[in-house]
Amino acid sequence: MGSAIASDAVSDRINSEAVAKVAKLARLSLSDDELLQATHQLSDMLDHFADIDALDLEGVEPMTHPMPIANVMRDDIEQDVLDREEVLSAAPVAEDGRFRVPPILGLDD
Amino acid sequence: MADQKTGDQIPVAATDISWEVRNGVTRAADVLERYLAEIERRDDDVHAFNLVLVDEARARAAEIDDNVVMGRVLGSLAGVPVALKDNMCTRGIPTTCSSRILDGWKPPYDATIVTKLRDAGAVIIGKTNLDEFAMGSSTENSAFGATHNPHDLTRVPGGSSGGSAAAVAAGFAPVSLGSDTGGSIRQPAALCGVVGVKPTYGAVSRLGLIAFASSLDQIGPMANNVADSALLLEAVSGHDPLDSTSIQQGPLEISKQLDWGVAGLRVGRITDLPEGASPDVNERLEVAFDALRAAGAEIVDVEVPAFTYGLTAYYLIAPAEASSNLARYDGVRFGLRIDAPDTNAMYLATRTEGFGDEVKRRIMLGTYALSAGYYDAYYGRALKVRRRIALDFAQAYEKVDVLLTPASPTVAFRMGDKTTDPMSMYLCDTYTIPSNLTGDPGMSVPFGTGESGLPVGVQVLAPALKEDVMFRTAAELERSMS
Repeated sequence: MGSAIASDAVSDRINSEAVAKVAKLARLSLSDDELLQATHQLSDMLDHFADIDALDLEGVEPMTHPMPIANVMRDDIEQDVLDREEVLSAAPVAEDGRFRVPPILGLDD
Repeated sequence: MADQKTGDQIPVAATDISWEVRNGVTRAADVLERYLAEIERRDDDVHAFNLVLVDEARARAAEIDDNVVMGRVLGSLAGVPVALKDNMCTRGIPTTCSSRILDGWKPPYDATIVTKLRDAGAVIIGKTNLDEFAMGSSTENSAFGATHNPHDLTRVPGGSSGGSAAAVAAGFAPVSLGSDTGGSIRQPAALCGVVGVKPTYGAVSRLGLIAFASSLDQIGPMANNVADSALLLEAVSGHDPLDSTSIQQGPLEISKQLDWGVAGLRVGRITDLPEGASPDVNERLEVAFDALRAAGAEIVDVEVPAFTYGLTAYYLIAPAEASSNLARYDGVRFGLRIDAPDTNAMYLATRTEGFGDEVKRRIMLGTYALSAGYYDAYYGRALKVRRRIALDFAQAYEKVDVLLTPASPTVAFRMGDKTTDPMSMYLCDTYTIPSNLTGDPGMSVPFGTGESGLPVGVQVLAPALKEDVMFRTAAELERSMS
């Protein structure tokens, strides 16, 4: 396989437009070079993952979890919780007992 | 109080250390100093640790020795130094996942396994290096630099629990804990020549294990021998009401059965196993079958047709879950923040700066597999393949008690060999992935050497909660080598 960048045979499974959209959804910023490289690498992976395309999966129940799981309930009794100061002290910026963030509204308009 | 001991006077096995400390034969402080000296001597070259907890461990060892003097009852890991993969939360102590994005973060709580280790009398000696967020098979994807294989410093230790594997192999700790999402305990164990166990999903609490792929992640032990790995697994397993996926049962019971042998056990050979293992690895696997046959096991051919699709199912499901789990790193609550004029720009700058290339790649792959228009073709189909794999294994286990496969396709490869080609790195997980998808246990046992005299691991697989039979088989393989 070698470096994905060096290969000229690129599949059309995913194009750079789609990768750019995915990066945006995932809140990641890519340079032009990174976008090109990511497109090649994701294409290469999706080519590899095409081995399941031919499988007949009609009627197979999707498996999201290894064990059967159900909601776990507990009695509503008072117990220790995380210490607020300790949690906030691990945050980048906190103020007045809260996480502080940059402005959310009123910048784009 | 026991006389001071050094070096060779101190036992190597965790089972012996614990016995001697509990019985006042050896002091926990002396045990600890032996390992700290070894770390001091060699970890600059190996780089198994992100953080060595010198002061905390010394205080803890002294506390244990005081308890011995006062005649208090101590747990099964009394005075045993344990290295922890740095994706397990330790209250007030940095926990990094080897990522810049958790820069400066100190967890406000302990992982359940940390509490259990403390209750058992263990001494946490340090936090070990990993591929960032446990994504990788070589421990080269760490924000703090790669870990080297103690057997050959030019080679990788495997990953993602490469630091935990190297720590045990280098003699920095008698045992360690790793986490295994697709082979991240078993593959580095194989490459470093130590025992590595991925227990049944839900057997060990995941509370405080920083999530990569929640339906696949599981904590497990790494050790120099099978008995030590059993001891550690027994200490950390058992139901945790704080983990809703934790199995409702007590700790696993394994140690008592290690000497039972394999007479009458049915050991499966998978005839349609995916190709790709190198000749030296296959050769050792054949020797393992012979050893078990000689010890009275019956070798039975079985087919697991969907085994070969595990890689694809895994590399769609795990990134999908990761893309969701890692959405929480947005510069608000933990670690790194890159300042920007508004919240959205801050999210973007923080994540772009904080995550490494492989993590970004998997987040993008997972986001794509889950996105509208592709969900059915990728994530949806992968979930069906996962079911198919589970059904195929269940059928195989009607005919056999355990299965034997390679743990890693090759011995330790050279650093840099696979870093430019992600797909070639992913293929390292071919033989370990299926048991994460099914939730069944698996373990790698060191079984001689292959190319260049490097360690080879044989993998023993068993059905859910059949750790006892899996460990019996592993113990027999170990005995056959001695």
